Amino acid sequence: MIGKGILKGMVETARNLTGSFHDPDRLTTVEYPEQKIPAKENARNFPFLIYDGDDWEAGLRCVSCQICEKECPPQCIYIEKDKEKKPDFLGKMQMQPKIFDIDVSVCMGCQICVEVCPFESIRMDNDFEYAGSDRFESLLLTKDQLAKSNKYYHSIHPTEAQETDEIRVQKREDHLAKEKAKAEKLAKAKEEAATKAALSKAEKAKEE
Amino acid sequence: MTPSPDHPGEAMPQFKMHATGVEGVTEGTERMEVSMGPHHPSTHGVFRMDVELEGETITKLKPVFGYLHRNHEKIAESTSYLGSMPYTDRLDYFNSMTNNWAYALSVEKLAGIEVPERAEYIRVITAELTRLQNHVSLIGFLVQDMGALGTPLMYAFRERERILDLFESLSGARMMCNFMRFGGCRCDVSADWIKQAQSVVEAFPQFLDEFEALISENEVLMARSQHVGILKPELAIDAGVAGPVLRATGVNYDLRKVDGYGIYDRFQFRVPLGDHGDVYDRYMIRVLEMRESVKILQQALAEIPNGDYVNPKAKLRGFRPPPGEAYGRIEAPKGELGFYLISDGSPKPYRYRVRPPSLINLTILEDMCLGQTIADAVIILGSIDIVLGEVDR
Repeated sequence: MIGKGILKGMVETARNLTGSFHDPDRLTTVEYPEQKIPAKENARNFPFLIYDGDDWEAGLRCVSCQICEKECPPQCIYIEKDKEKKPDFLGKMQMQPKIFDIDVSVCMGCQICVEVCPFESIRMDNDFEYAGSDRFESLLLTKDQLAKSNKYYHSIHPTEAQETDEIRVQKREDHLAKEKAKAEKLAKAKEEAATKAALSKAEKAKEE
Repeated sequence: MTPSPDHPGEAMPQFKMHATGVEGVTEGTERMEVSMGPHHPSTHGVFRMDVELEGETITKLKPVFGYLHRNHEKIAESTSYLGSMPYTDRLDYFNSMTNNWAYALSVEKLAGIEVPERAEYIRVITAELTRLQNHVSLIGFLVQDMGALGTPLMYAFRERERILDLFESLSGARMMCNFMRFGGCRCDVSADWIKQAQSVVEAFPQFLDEFEALISENEVLMARSQHVGILKPELAIDAGVAGPVLRATGVNYDLRKVDGYGIYDRFQFRVPLGDHGDVYDRYMIRVLEMRESVKILQQALAEIPNGDYVNPKAKLRGFRPPPGEAYGRIEAPKGELGFYLISDGSPKPYRYRVRPPSLINLTILEDMCLGQTIADAVIILGSIDIVLGEVDR
């Protein structure tokens, strides 16, 4: 019968139309600016810089090693080193960035900077509302705009932030153990030198 | 034909409408040149067809492309091996997972990197999910091209969105996943994700039944697509066509069976083949392929072993493969996608070449369109399944 297929299709359409009133699974859209679908935990958009503590300038983790700048495929990161050093979370004196710019009009959010960063300082944000009226300035994010707290990182990617914190705790422990070993070695060497000196003194005394 | 005043030697195209009693207009049809695109919505991007018509019948068709050329290959030759991985997402932007896999496969061949078992399973799962979402959106667009405005496409996109949600919770991005790495994948899949994927896969055949009830027996679809754009298997083989377009002509050639790359030889699935090579066959073959993909997914999700998700020996930074050449290919949703690489031992590839399935499948467009009407050209183009990001690169 001609028209049977069309009728069958219309029944399907009607089922979907009425279904969307009863079954929330069939109602798939939300009205965006008023309602928002919560972001997935892994969702990524553009990178940001993490700082520890309350002061973003003192707590910035970035040591301006420029690895991300080198590895970034579209080369959207620009870093200039500062002459002044500052202590990092281990107490070591480290470099810090004087300028750290990310051009989000060039960035493609590929996450390669995050993967190559050896200091856990650059991570992906899930904020996507970057629209502005200016083509250039508003899309070039500077250091102060990029710096976001570790607390914020925990709020957007809890699992990943937990893992990062664990890595940093491990690093600190390793560092402390290393320092301890170093101190012990130093003490031992001192002791050895002292006994050696005493021995040689005794020998000298014997010769005389 | 009268010579044009600007080009005295050349004949200027003229056209006349069917005689309707208007004085001076004779009955019959005349040759007309139409430039379809590059902004025509039926061209799926920025693609242009210079069509010569005799009335409504196509006598000549010249595909014009290159509007989306982004210098992909040259950029890849001036960045590190890892650096061109996110660019491969943007070739065929519907199927970033399979693009990643093809590229990773060829680099792994080049450098001799082993892939752990779990990573192979993750790759198969993501690739088959990609195939599902590509085919489902393709048939949505195809029936939209035939005039079913909106409804089937929206149903298809609702289903596609579920799969993209899975990709987002796995890799962080819906479309530009950048998920594969040399020697495995970027991150591990959680048990929770596998459960979610299983529920999506379990619900998928139900959607396919629904979609087929809506469309497959529709008289308008059959009238528009059967015996339209017939491709002969001999021509398809000669032109190097691959993928669903080739299989719709009845040629049994699926790289998953032929090459057995990855771990596809472990799964039970059949390769659907067409009979006539017309647009309806190309539509049906995608529906059937989705049903087979669901079978592969069910097996892979049930069998996935524990272990490493990436080869621990594989390096991320400072990656230098030994000098040599390699060609890695996979059965992407659109056909055979291959990456040909030559290494000279430096961190950048000496030569990087993509074998894009969309471009090569597009070369037979004129042969399929000759003798058809202009409205058929739209659905024939839609049934080839091209993405201009991959055609132009």
